[in-house]
Amino acid sequence: MNTESPGHRNHTLVVTVENKSGVLARVASLFARRAFNIRSLAVAPTEDEHLSRITIVVDGESAPIEQVVNQLDKLINVVDIQDLQPGHAIERELMLVTVAVEPEHRDDIVEQLDRAGGKVMSVGADSMMLSLVGDPEHIDTFENLLRPFGILEIQRTGRVALANLDETIE
Amino acid sequence: MKTDGGQALIRSLEREGVEVMFGLPGGAILPVYDPIIDSKIRHILVRHEQGAGHMAEGYAQATGKPGVAMVTSGPAATNIVTPLCDAYLDSIPMVVITGQVPTAAIGTDAFQECDTTGITASITKHNFLVTEAQDIPQVIKEAFHIATTGRPGPVLVDIPKDIVDPTNPRSSLEWEDNVEIDLPGYKVDTSVDPEAIQKAVELIQNAERPILYIGGGILKSRAAESLLELAELTGIHVVTTLMARGAFPDSHELCLGMPGMHGNFTAVTAMQESDLLITLGARFDDRVTGKLDEFAVSAKIIHVDIDPAELGKVRRPDVPVQGDCRTAIEAMVSVLRDFGSGNTDRTAWKSRISGWQERFPLVYEPSTPGQALKPQFVIEKLRDATPADTIVASGVGQHQMWASQYWTFNHPYTWINSGGLGTMGFSIPAAIGAKVGCPEKMVWAVDGDGCFQMTAQELVTARVENIPIKVALLNNSYLGMVRQWQDMFYEERHSEVFLSKEIPDYKGWAESMGCFAMRVDDPDEVEEAIAQANEIEDRPVVIDFRTAAEEKVYPMVASGTGNSDVIVPPSQEKEIR
Repeated sequence: MNTESPGHRNHTLVVTVENKSGVLARVASLFARRAFNIRSLAVAPTEDEHLSRITIVVDGESAPIEQVVNQLDKLINVVDIQDLQPGHAIERELMLVTVAVEPEHRDDIVEQLDRAGGKVMSVGADSMMLSLVGDPEHIDTFENLLRPFGILEIQRTGRVALANLDETIE
Repeated sequence: MKTDGGQALIRSLEREGVEVMFGLPGGAILPVYDPIIDSKIRHILVRHEQGAGHMAEGYAQATGKPGVAMVTSGPAATNIVTPLCDAYLDSIPMVVITGQVPTAAIGTDAFQECDTTGITASITKHNFLVTEAQDIPQVIKEAFHIATTGRPGPVLVDIPKDIVDPTNPRSSLEWEDNVEIDLPGYKVDTSVDPEAIQKAVELIQNAERPILYIGGGILKSRAAESLLELAELTGIHVVTTLMARGAFPDSHELCLGMPGMHGNFTAVTAMQESDLLITLGARFDDRVTGKLDEFAVSAKIIHVDIDPAELGKVRRPDVPVQGDCRTAIEAMVSVLRDFGSGNTDRTAWKSRISGWQERFPLVYEPSTPGQALKPQFVIEKLRDATPADTIVASGVGQHQMWASQYWTFNHPYTWINSGGLGTMGFSIPAAIGAKVGCPEKMVWAVDGDGCFQMTAQELVTARVENIPIKVALLNNSYLGMVRQWQDMFYEERHSEVFLSKEIPDYKGWAESMGCFAMRVDDPDEVEEAIAQANEIEDRPVVIDFRTAAEEKVYPMVASGTGNSDVIVPPSQEKEIR
């Protein structure tokens, strides 16, 4: 995951679009048509009911980022595009994961989970469902930690991101 | 004032200044056809929806005004997909209105339903599915604004039947005399950065081997006169791409003609050897660059384009200039006038250029008695016998290349062809559209027999609607360009390229469509046939010129090779070192 070379890193684009039907399809179809690769995608309404925000992680190797931005900008429904610089934005993903765990090992998992800042969502006879919010690397690390237990099901959201303010707490 | 969606649609088109539209009615669009009866807009009833689209394109290219086409849903919408894509690739302003099944039926696979906006999203500059009658006036205004500003292109408006059907309450709306566009994501910036212009001028002043590389954007920005001023001020030679033929006069001493795969040797080689390509409204198409790694390797690049996505898409410019071509040229001219064009000695470069011109002119072997006509000969005769501002519309293939090579384009907007998409069958409907837009001009379609068979039915439209175009059919009984590739790259193994020597009977077919038609086999009959055609103004004319099938388009840069490897005609091979 963290093999991004400086010239070809992944880019996180925050694309503000008009909240109209079909806009996500236009964005997705543009990526397909121009052979740009999407690593992750998240869409949701914004503070303004007329606008939605799409956070796209673009594979920087599939095309020069400025070409991706310029082509996206040609879509009439795209209002604004921000190319977030690494270290200058807060990026988050959410993971829901069900792991196989015998009752006697539950405490081990809970301890790890507490340290990572996650929550137990649901408990079964020999499994547990956990949730964790964090930056993508944090989620990756925790996912790897869970692997030895046996991951039964996993669902991660696309990345969401906003540019930093003047002062960043984390 | 209360009105209905259909009335509002036609009134909105009138408000945009639409004088003519091309179309064919059907179920879903029916309600909009009723108010056409009472409208000032001239509606031209086509015989196939593809024809409507290409006519709108030809009209737009000849006049500079947006072309308008209207067709029904489903198969009509899919039939107009080709012209939409054609207009998208050649940046032609066009508004296409399609009918759609009623809003409640959308998504149910209703009769003649298709996902028109989904299908056309990637081949239009933008498209709209209108779901409320009240939105129609604003959407039409937005469609024309988008189609005609910035980098022009096709816009499609999909209109469900219920919002235009006066018997349906959903079609009712309040007509307002003023509507505002609301496009927060659409900004057109035509201004140019003075610093970039300054840098461009410095490169121009110091270049030893500069070339003005001119694309269709010059015509879109109405910049032909400014270009002439820039070229004459600097004494820099000009190449005009297939989309820019006519943007700079072919008979000007600085004009090198068309570059690219079938460009003339001097245009190709001058670009290849250049140290500065002043790129104005062109996009480094693969048909111009040949193998990209080997294209003009020592050239610095100035690239002016209204579309920022073109800057660096193919070749990274040293000086990118985003903005309108005419504005940029005028800014360059102004700086050059103030500071001079520089003192760089270009004598050696100019003599190299004139050397190439002397050694590698466009040539073909004249036909010997008894042989079939040479297509180049026909085009030369046509060129010499028609007014200088004649509009030439071509199809796609060998005849297109010969027309571009052998015509002398001295006026902008006199050459209409399908450059980017390469749409066979383009010429006849495009010529019709051009003639509708410029009735005072002579319009010749130069067509091939493969192309002719794709859209010839529009000659019926031309006759019935009284649009007297003329068609020079260069008929070699083959899909000529494909045959040429099979000759050159597939050891002359001809696969599915022979059409037929006698079927169809083009003269009889054209006559049955109400045209005046002739067949010409003998070189001695060419001039007289053209003279006769030029006299006829009350109906379309078709001349079936029987041409030599083995003739090839030269020069040629084979696909995948670099522009230093120009294949010249056999008679010039000794000149290549």
